[in-house]
Amino acid sequence: MIKGLKKWRLFSLLAVFALFMAGCGNEEISTFQPAGQVANDQFKLLLLASGIMLLVIIVVVIIYTVALFRFRRSKLGEDHIPEQVEGSHTLELLWTFIPIVLLLILAIPTVHYTYKLGDVKAMEAVDDDGNAENLVVDVTAKLYWWEFEYPDLGIVTAQELVVPTDEKVYFNLIAADVKHSFWIPSVGGKLDTNVENVNKFYLSFEKESEGLKDGVFYGKCAELCGPSHALMDFKVKTLPRDQFDSWVAAMQETAEEPVVANADGEEVFSQSCIGCHAVSGVGESGAQGPNLASFGDRNRVAGFLEHDEENLKDWIRDTQKHKPGNTMPSFSKDQISDEDLDALAEYLMGLKVAK
Amino acid sequence: MSSVAQKSGFGATLWDWLTTVDHKKIGILYLLGGLFFFVLGGIEAMIIRLQLITPNNDLVSAGLFNDLITMHGTTMIFLAAMPILFGFMNAIMPLQIGARDVAFPFINSLGFWMFAFGGLFLNISWLFGEVPDAGWTSYASLSLHSPGHGVDFYAIGLQIAGGGTLMAGINFLVTIINMRAPGMTYMRMPLFTWTTFVASAMILFAFPPLTVGLFFLTFDRMFGGNFFDHTMGGNTIIWEHIFWIFGHPEVYILILPAFGIFSEVFSVFARKRLFGYTAMVFATVLIGFLGFMVWAHHMFTVGLGPTANAIFAVATMAIAVPTGVKIFNWLLTMWGGSIKVTTPMLYALGFIPSFVMGGVTGVMQGAAPLDYQLHDSYFIVAHFHYVIVGGVVLGIFAGLHYWWPKMFGTMLNELLGKITFVFFFVGFHMTFLIQHWLGFWGMPRRVWTFMDGQGWNIANLVSTIGALLMAIGFTVMVINIIMTTIKNEPVGNDPWGDGRTLEWAIPSPPPFYNFPATPLVRGLDTLWIEKMEGSKEMITPAEPITDIHMPNGSIIPMLMTLGLFIAGFGAMFHQETSWGLGVLIFGLAFTFVAMAARSLKDDLGYYVTKEQILQDQENSKRGRN
Repeated sequence: MIKGLKKWRLFSLLAVFALFMAGCGNEEISTFQPAGQVANDQFKLLLLASGIMLLVIIVVVIIYTVALFRFRRSKLGEDHIPEQVEGSHTLELLWTFIPIVLLLILAIPTVHYTYKLGDVKAMEAVDDDGNAENLVVDVTAKLYWWEFEYPDLGIVTAQELVVPTDEKVYFNLIAADVKHSFWIPSVGGKLDTNVENVNKFYLSFEKESEGLKDGVFYGKCAELCGPSHALMDFKVKTLPRDQFDSWVAAMQETAEEPVVANADGEEVFSQSCIGCHAVSGVGESGAQGPNLASFGDRNRVAGFLEHDEENLKDWIRDTQKHKPGNTMPSFSKDQISDEDLDALAEYLMGLKVAK
Repeated sequence: MSSVAQKSGFGATLWDWLTTVDHKKIGILYLLGGLFFFVLGGIEAMIIRLQLITPNNDLVSAGLFNDLITMHGTTMIFLAAMPILFGFMNAIMPLQIGARDVAFPFINSLGFWMFAFGGLFLNISWLFGEVPDAGWTSYASLSLHSPGHGVDFYAIGLQIAGGGTLMAGINFLVTIINMRAPGMTYMRMPLFTWTTFVASAMILFAFPPLTVGLFFLTFDRMFGGNFFDHTMGGNTIIWEHIFWIFGHPEVYILILPAFGIFSEVFSVFARKRLFGYTAMVFATVLIGFLGFMVWAHHMFTVGLGPTANAIFAVATMAIAVPTGVKIFNWLLTMWGGSIKVTTPMLYALGFIPSFVMGGVTGVMQGAAPLDYQLHDSYFIVAHFHYVIVGGVVLGIFAGLHYWWPKMFGTMLNELLGKITFVFFFVGFHMTFLIQHWLGFWGMPRRVWTFMDGQGWNIANLVSTIGALLMAIGFTVMVINIIMTTIKNEPVGNDPWGDGRTLEWAIPSPPPFYNFPATPLVRGLDTLWIEKMEGSKEMITPAEPITDIHMPNGSIIPMLMTLGLFIAGFGAMFHQETSWGLGVLIFGLAFTFVAMAARSLKDDLGYYVTKEQILQDQENSKRGRN
């Protein structure tokens, strides 16, 4: 009876705890509101660990408070000489043994999840026709922007990752210049993008991003990578499988029938920008600058500025002001006149694949 | 020259401090140097927090912010925390074991000057405007990519300072092994001596990897070494391993001496011997050992693979066991004692809950899959500040108030001390508690700004206000130190009244030869035993008073380091200037000449005569009455 009661107490404590934590933070970025299996596993581990650790803190603080109030010299008198106790084997064994048990409770799921989340065997799996069974995305982190290539689909995009919901998406991660780290807090823990080797892991996206504040999950670079590390954000759009497929088809079409919202703008683009930026979504990673095929659909300019023509023009005029240390040159009025810039901005904002 | 007939005047005093080999004076030098850099690192911290007070703030530029975080971390770890702890070790540890000096007084001085010049070298980067900006960890791809001389200052400055640390560590080890007074067995050593011993052993094994890593980095950046450059077949992850094989033990090198200080403080101000002394010693040794087994928990997200992650996860959690034993033994030391809340005790009391919180979040990060979320987020910033500030800095402040009368012969003001504590403690929790949640809410660390609308604004504001409170607290402490020094009211041998270890048996500050006659140690808490037996002199001599041999002071340690300091600039500028190589060679030659001078000229020291000692004792007795 007593034991049952205690269990019930612990359970309700954890439940309240979970509720309290889930209430905090913004849905598109908080680890407290997991939007997929990986983040969910990690959240479960967080609750377990926090519960155990809170227990330890409470026990320590209770003993501490009692000791502090009971054994004050002001109560015992200035001349009181306490007994000089050497120690106690029983007690010391007790507080060696109990922590070991507590740690074991934590260690077992830790090891289990370590292997579960590190399992990328399915990455290479192919069906009878030799097509990959799972979606694989190659991520290349570059100085302050992200490139996402879908090798099996022949398309490439940047700054905004588009993925289908309710299936495992596998990632190959590498950095092109210095080390970065790929992190989508509400979808799952991070993995570094090293310069010399490819890291692999999977995430699973179970919530559609459409209902979120900006219609996207926030992704971050978590490893210090230079002055504009703080601005190396990316966004994640999650779509149901059929919508994802049509997005892929639309991306593949950008090679044949380019969208032209402003012909003058296209002219400017082909003179000044095409050396680094592609406007066809069909291709591979390795470009100098982000692929702009779906630029009009994006949520941010340069990964973090509000997505409007003013910011876009500001950005082109002075890239270093907005993102110090990035590798895109700024374009002065001598290089691109104001009228040309207006046309260019309109053209870029018209580059859309989503209908 | 007899040191007894001191010359007076500013020049003579300065010369005395530049050439001193007295461990107590070197301790004071370390303390002052460390406090200076602590202030510097604190100012950097304040600018960091002010920059993050609101979203999209532009108080400092992105580049300057990275300079600030790098220098804040590097300064606090290498140039503030460790030197201040070395100050206490130097000033107190030999007294606790009843020694007249450290084993190698000359090397002790050399170690200090290397720290001082290394720190100076690092911070001169501010004057050049090319400051290290790759984080205190200086991960290789970024540190190789970093333009200018910033990271060069880091590599050379830390190399010089690190050499000093290694020397100090070896010196403390030999001192504790060889120079204990008769009867001072290992299991009778005060806990602070024990933690000094284990921390020094850790320095012996942890600093060589750092030396190697910095050497590689220096050669990559200045001489085309290609150890880490992956385009030339190098590997950047090697740097991470080397750095953390040093870096993780470093955390314990800092925290163990703080544990030692708290152990002393708890037992003195609870008027009770340390509960479970034997277990405390073994826990210390075990933490020292395990500290080397867990470095890869800093690298769970590097991509080591599940087996490596699982092993290091479990090993990391294991450290919680000996640490937990320590916490409960401290609690039980208080239990049944007679607790007097003095300023040092107040810090010790503040330490327990703060450090427990820092410790448990460490275990949480040890759970590798959870760390995938926590790593490099603000949660980490919160965690290690709970450990370093809640453990090491509170330990330093406790030690500062506790041993100040012993080191300087005058007592810091208790009321001001308590005011400092309240501001600092409240500010500390306000600054860092909320940062755990910032991490959960997705804020990465080391960001120079953040966008509005991500739910981070209020938490960052709270954090910055907390940092301001900490700054106020520290300012009060500086005022306290200045006021106390000006007033300079002398205190007796045992100003706290409840001292248990040998340092409280001799005058404050102690005579330069420490003990007129080597003490005989008859058990743990030597002085307590003497007190309980009502002994008048508070010390049972192991031998009659005889002439004491003392080492001569020397300017050579400073000159040797000066040579390395000059050579550092040569190495740095040799690529773009014609004089660089010459300066490099000149600096190294300068050091070698100084070394040769030391080797070739015998310096046999001098004797303090028996009459002199007896005269001193007579004077101090008269002074007391």
